[in-house]
Amino acid sequence: MQREGSLYTVIFTTVLCGICSILVASAAVGLKERQQINQILDRQHKILLVSGLVSHSEKLSREGIQKKFKENIDTRLVNFETGDYATDIPVETFDPKRALKDPNLSKKAPPNLAGLVDIPKYGFVYFVKRQGQIDEIILPIQGRGLWSMLYGYLALDKDLNTVRGIIFYEHGETPGLGGEIENPRWCQLWRGRKVYDSAGEVKLSVIKGQAGTVDADPHHVDGLSGATMTSRGVTNLIHFWLSDSGYGKYIKNKKQQGSL
Amino acid sequence: MSAIFGKKERTTLIDPLFNNNPIALQILGICSALAVTTKLDKAIVMAISLTIVTAFSNLSISLIRNLVPTNVRIIIQLTIIASLVIIADQILKAFVPAISKQLSVFVGLIITNCIVMGRAEAYAMQNPPWESFLDGIGNGLGYSMILIILGFFRELFGSGKILGYTVLKTINEGGWYNPNGLLLMAPGALFIIAILIWLLRVWKPEQQEKE
Repeated sequence: MQREGSLYTVIFTTVLCGICSILVASAAVGLKERQQINQILDRQHKILLVSGLVSHSEKLSREGIQKKFKENIDTRLVNFETGDYATDIPVETFDPKRALKDPNLSKKAPPNLAGLVDIPKYGFVYFVKRQGQIDEIILPIQGRGLWSMLYGYLALDKDLNTVRGIIFYEHGETPGLGGEIENPRWCQLWRGRKVYDSAGEVKLSVIKGQAGTVDADPHHVDGLSGATMTSRGVTNLIHFWLSDSGYGKYIKNKKQQGSL
Repeated sequence: MSAIFGKKERTTLIDPLFNNNPIALQILGICSALAVTTKLDKAIVMAISLTIVTAFSNLSISLIRNLVPTNVRIIIQLTIIASLVIIADQILKAFVPAISKQLSVFVGLIITNCIVMGRAEAYAMQNPPWESFLDGIGNGLGYSMILIILGFFRELFGSGKILGYTVLKTINEGGWYNPNGLLLMAPGALFIIAILIWLLRVWKPEQQEKE
């Protein structure tokens, strides 16, 4: 057969593509399980970090993370519309990212500054138990920064107003500038700040420059220098997820009921 | 074609380091050199990934070089490179998830890295497999060398750290060092590359371009 003939070209290309697809497919399928475990472990590790159960310097094995998570954290699902727990959806299999593709599980987000277009109808809450009592709750948060979506967790005290911690686990901001949202020192500044004012409005914001002490200036956090847009993005996403579009209704309900 | 590791093979391997560096002389692969060198660990993983991909793409393309129909050779090369890159990306995701997350899209972009394509077309299509493999490793090392130098200086002066360990304590962390924000942006890397090219051309004047 001629090397330059059309038939040869077609056969050669087909065979080569077949071989390549087999290789790619087997790598993807063969490693999938390991990748998914990594992802779940990473989330669990971040939740443990924001809860304060694990410190940043602590090195944990994979089993260590799983064990600690299982012992100390309870996971529930909240329906954003009713502000109550979702009973009709299994917690174990719910995946917020996949839910966005299912019209039954997601909806158009109301106009917002956090850059969100579609949001799931349900969201996780994680309860952190200390000595058998619920001590804090952790809410997943996300929104647009300067270059990318920021994904993180916010830990609130059981009074549902005082911040216990914040962490961002996925973003594409400039390292050293907007990327400083990862800096544990900056995250530490959030501790003790209050989300809502006495009228129940979300007031927690990242400001330009330095904020006062926790007692004197409870609703503000220091801005990140050189990262005004990222700081503003953090403010916007906090406002979105703690307002009625996000966990606001749930938090109001629970405050009225007086218990989680 | 005498020794497995004769003089010719050694030149193939070493030449791309200083005499024919893909970044400093051929000015290929600049885009990823700017993008992934804000931290040293990212630069190292990227360098290893690219070296492996270049070596194996050169090897496999050289193996089939006499069978490839010339009119579709670029597409064939791309198919092979793309498959290797996807496999490398999957392996990184499974075994070093933290770094793979930071490198994000740039591993995928190895596909479009001019070094890989350039070596496949310019070397592997004309040379036997073993030499091509060495050429891939050599060019990968040339790229790695520049990336690691960039990563070292950018992380040290941009964030005061080396491989995540604090060397110069920054003001943000309660120390004294005021980090150089420019080095964390792409232009900062461009300055370092320019300085490297300058030094290399002072050392090896034959690389200077004639007026």
